[in-house]
Amino acid sequence: MKLTVNNSIQWFLKANEKMQENKEYLTLLDKKIGDSDHGINMARGFQEVANKLPTQDYASVSDVLKDVAMTLMSKVGGAAGPLYGTIFLKMSTAVKGTDPVDYQTFTNGLEEGLVGVKQRGKADVGEKTLVDVWAPVVDFFKQGVDFQADQLVETAENAMDNTKDIQASKGRAAYFKEKSIGHIDPGSTSSFYIFEALAEVIREGE
Amino acid sequence: MKKIINDPNQVVQDMVAGMVSGFTKTIKQIPETTVIVRTDAPIKRKVGLVSGGGSGHEPAHAGYIGKGMLDAAVVGEVFTSPTPDQILKAIKAVDGGAGVFLVIKNYTGDVLNFEMAAELAEAEGIQVEKVIVNDDVAVEDSSFTTGRRGIAGTVLVHKIAGAMAESGASLAEVKRVAEKTVQNVRSIGMALSPCTLPAAGEPSFELEEREMEIGIGIHGEPGIERKQLVSADDIAVELTNRLLADFDFSGDVAVMINGMGATPEMELYIVNQKVQTILAEKDINVYQTFVGEYMTALEMAGCSVTLLGLDDELKMLLETASDAPAFRV
Ligand SMILES: Nc1ncnc2c1ncn2[C@@H]1O[C@H](COP(=O)(O)OP(=O)(O)O)[C@@H](O)[C@H]1O
Ligand SMILES: [Mg+2]
Repeated sequence: MKLTVNNSIQWFLKANEKMQENKEYLTLLDKKIGDSDHGINMARGFQEVANKLPTQDYASVSDVLKDVAMTLMSKVGGAAGPLYGTIFLKMSTAVKGTDPVDYQTFTNGLEEGLVGVKQRGKADVGEKTLVDVWAPVVDFFKQGVDFQADQLVETAENAMDNTKDIQASKGRAAYFKEKSIGHIDPGSTSSFYIFEALAEVIREGE
Repeated sequence: MKKIINDPNQVVQDMVAGMVSGFTKTIKQIPETTVIVRTDAPIKRKVGLVSGGGSGHEPAHAGYIGKGMLDAAVVGEVFTSPTPDQILKAIKAVDGGAGVFLVIKNYTGDVLNFEMAAELAEAEGIQVEKVIVNDDVAVEDSSFTTGRRGIAGTVLVHKIAGAMAESGASLAEVKRVAEKTVQNVRSIGMALSPCTLPAAGEPSFELEEREMEIGIGIHGEPGIERKQLVSADDIAVELTNRLLADFDFSGDVAVMINGMGATPEMELYIVNQKVQTILAEKDINVYQTFVGEYMTALEMAGCSVTLLGLDDELKMLLETASDAPAFRV
């Protein structure tokens, strides 16, 4: 399969549905090791994305990703806004010029997103941030040869669950020190929804 | 939840509208943003000073806009950093050709959003410098983690950088005194009761009836320990000693006793009395004292104590005139 403009729009519409459905849950996770706003922030930002995407004419997947990035950056706020904004902006640049986007190019885009977000947040794997979901997902894509819905969900879900055992050293959760252990990272959870939404698009495209 | 609001999702817009209406001689709102700027901005050849952050900390930061302090404040959602596009608008609005200086509290969200805005402004040819305030000694000072939070000490950075900018100093000079202030300022807070975000509807953390938390952040982030409530004197001793253990304040200092939103001034003065006594016993000379609400956390009950070590330059900058409604000198 190759990712079309329409696929990429569907991806974010589905991701928005998940952010709205899980708004309270994400906020609850952020209450445990943050400041109780992650669900509110993500729901606000993705709603704006979902309102905008269907009203525009996009020439390329790159353009969709760029618009997603700019909208998230200006509507999410907090740490998550610039972090997700950076991810999708880097992806947009990386996939520019190939349409529809093939597996290799998409994988490269994900990797560029990961590199960008690590730089922006000065975070590495193992610090209990959304990097802990993006890194294993990028590895998974690099090992594969074509889009794989079920394994993608499994990889992202395991990665999300694994953040539970990590002690946070970046973001607000770092203030909780050892008390951050035992709670799932909210940003890793919203990232999981994004990959779950991607998997649904892959299933429909197969 | 019991609050004087119209709509929990509109509190920030409603507040910003209320902040400017009635004060239109001195401040204005940039249309379709939650950015508030001085009406006389941009001022030619003066370094523009921008700060901001999540709302819920009023009078921070908009109350510090005025001659001798900030040129603009960017107001985010409650306890949530404002976004780069808004910060960029503030930067552009106050750039008078001498560059723009950003005062940022050390929270991941604030740092990331302000940094992105600074990059965007630089791409448009505006010179931008920044300082990151990290005065909260309740957090371990570590470069491997997020590091210390910015709390009430930020207000003194506004004052000193603002006075320097007003004097016509260069961007580099403003940065120098702002950094000096950050190096010499320490704060620590405590809370008796939590606060409720309007959109969340319930308290963001819980404290038992006879319990207090030492070292709490201005968004209710955890502090050093939770324990039985003790007297004002004992609270003052604990907070002051933690500041003195962290930094050598021998010489002259400024003291700020800050209310967190729901603490009567009466209680702040009771704390102040003891803080002053402790400092006198240690031969630390209090040059200036500020008691009141400077950096709040919605309706959290509690207070913070800030000490700033002063040299002659900082004294002078602290004392020069400021028109800012929340910090008139
Ligand atoms: N330095 C960082 N690098 C990467 N991700 C981070 C960093 N700091 C925080 N995060 C992610 O952001 C999430 C918190 O987002 P959010 O609650 O919206 O912002 P804030 O912490 O400003 O309230 C965390 O769960 C974490 O996954
Ligand atoms: Mg949060």
